[in-house]
Amino acid sequence: MAERINLSKKDRVSVAWRSTWIQGSWNYERMQNGGWCYAMIPAIKRLYTTKEEQVDALKRHLEFFNTHPYVAAPILGVTLALEEDRANGAPIDDAAIQGVKVGMMGPLAGVGDPVFWFTLRPMLGALGASLALSGNILGPLIFFIAWNVIRLGFIWYTQEFGYTAGTKITQDLSGGLLQKVTQGASILGMFVLGSLVQRWVSISFTPTVSTVKLSEGAYIEWDKLPAGAEGIREALTQFASGLSLSPEKVTTLQDNLNTLIPGLAALLLTLLCMKLLKKKVSPIVIIIGLFLVGIGGHVIGLL
Amino acid sequence: MSIITVILVVIVAFLAGMGGVLDAFQFHQPLVACTLIGLVSGQLEAGIILGGSLQMIALGWANIGAAIAPDAALASVASAIILVLGGQGVDGVSTAITVAIPLAVAGLFLTMIARTIAVPIVHRMDAAAEKGDFKKIEMWQILAIGMQGLRIAIPAAALLFIPAETVANFLNSMPAWLTDGMAIGGGMVVAVGYAMVINMMATREVWPFFAIGFCLAAVNQLTLMALGAIAVALAFVYLDLSSKGGSSNGGGNIGDPLDDILNDY
Repeated sequence: MAERINLSKKDRVSVAWRSTWIQGSWNYERMQNGGWCYAMIPAIKRLYTTKEEQVDALKRHLEFFNTHPYVAAPILGVTLALEEDRANGAPIDDAAIQGVKVGMMGPLAGVGDPVFWFTLRPMLGALGASLALSGNILGPLIFFIAWNVIRLGFIWYTQEFGYTAGTKITQDLSGGLLQKVTQGASILGMFVLGSLVQRWVSISFTPTVSTVKLSEGAYIEWDKLPAGAEGIREALTQFASGLSLSPEKVTTLQDNLNTLIPGLAALLLTLLCMKLLKKKVSPIVIIIGLFLVGIGGHVIGLL
Repeated sequence: MSIITVILVVIVAFLAGMGGVLDAFQFHQPLVACTLIGLVSGQLEAGIILGGSLQMIALGWANIGAAIAPDAALASVASAIILVLGGQGVDGVSTAITVAIPLAVAGLFLTMIARTIAVPIVHRMDAAAEKGDFKKIEMWQILAIGMQGLRIAIPAAALLFIPAETVANFLNSMPAWLTDGMAIGGGMVVAVGYAMVINMMATREVWPFFAIGFCLAAVNQLTLMALGAIAVALAFVYLDLSSKGGSSNGGGNIGDPLDDILNDY
């Protein structure tokens, strides 16, 4: 057999880097096809020398393609392996290559969406945002750096994995690994969402439920405090020992709800939103509706 | 605003616009875009805080398949510019957030337009492929990405031309009941993003983990990091146990009594 044409590591790095832009020409007709072809160009140039072969290869890779932009990497890896074999004379036709692409893009998108968009980004985003809310620059920095390190690492290693595994990867796909990753990500994601709902959905009902007069000695008697700094010190000591600031104990509706389950209102609101979304109400409509409820509720003194 | 600031803001907007479609570097996420606009306009702290608040709202926004989510890119860039022009600093954050929401919708339409314009662009690529012209295909791909950048850069530049006074007057003219009410609404809107994510992931199998997370989060001593660690540990334990208990799993698949009863019903 004549000298085998192989893709160099540099070619593969170049393909992986170009896959960053895979969604750049995302269109309603063939979706990621332009970006896919753009990513394959270094490999096509290396593998095919005649004009005819190059034209065929370019057309072959402008076919419909759409998956999660990051999990396109392992598919690119497998496709590179196939194209390499084909260039070296193996009987792999266009249908086989297209078949592998289409066969992988569905199941892999099913993993990429929950893992990246619904677990990793909400987690990193919430971590960064909670720091950022106090004006801490570490919030955005951690989010940006951690995300891109994970993303670039993922793209490169899964593309290499696909390239070395070749078509064997389809067996791995049907094996339990992918299912496990998806399942693990869902567990992680649901747990974190549970805590996010508790911590970050803020809704508080202000109406006063009860006003109870406290017995003498349970509150700070401001008029009996000594004057000046002495008085402030006395007041603080009394406060620290658990005395109330005012002679009345005001309980709002929210306090009552909190003794029941902290965050119950937030939970109910989230469940309501889920229900509305399932009924195909647009998220934008719900968002605008909630703003209106917020304004209305505030004006009548409920929120 | 100096000419250099204007140029930098437009560059950030361009990056955010590309990010909105590429979803790669995350320049379109509020946390990054608002911070960068704050940075180049000298109002870093306000930018970071706006970014954090908007990020909380936008956590669940994601482009799935051909569906497009509300546009975080335009929302973050434009609201950050308005925040900067308004000159209220950190106090202006809650007003800026409410401006951001309708912008997210407007951005959605711009995205749809850009993705439609991309159709003739890939037709040009087809033509170039016919001639084996690598350079042309690459050029069209880069132009398409540039068009996505302009999608945000042009509205951002237009906003910069509105005099700062006009923006400040407009923001100041908003009555307190309106801004306070909107801030309250903003606290609730976060739930929509979470609901979107939960709807995508929830199965009967993983709901218990939601409940555990919800209850543990009420313990204020647990940081977000600690909660994450607990979640990872739980996921591993669960996966490990479910693979070990293969035999009992098989039994479970054959007949879930409750399911059977419900089906018979």
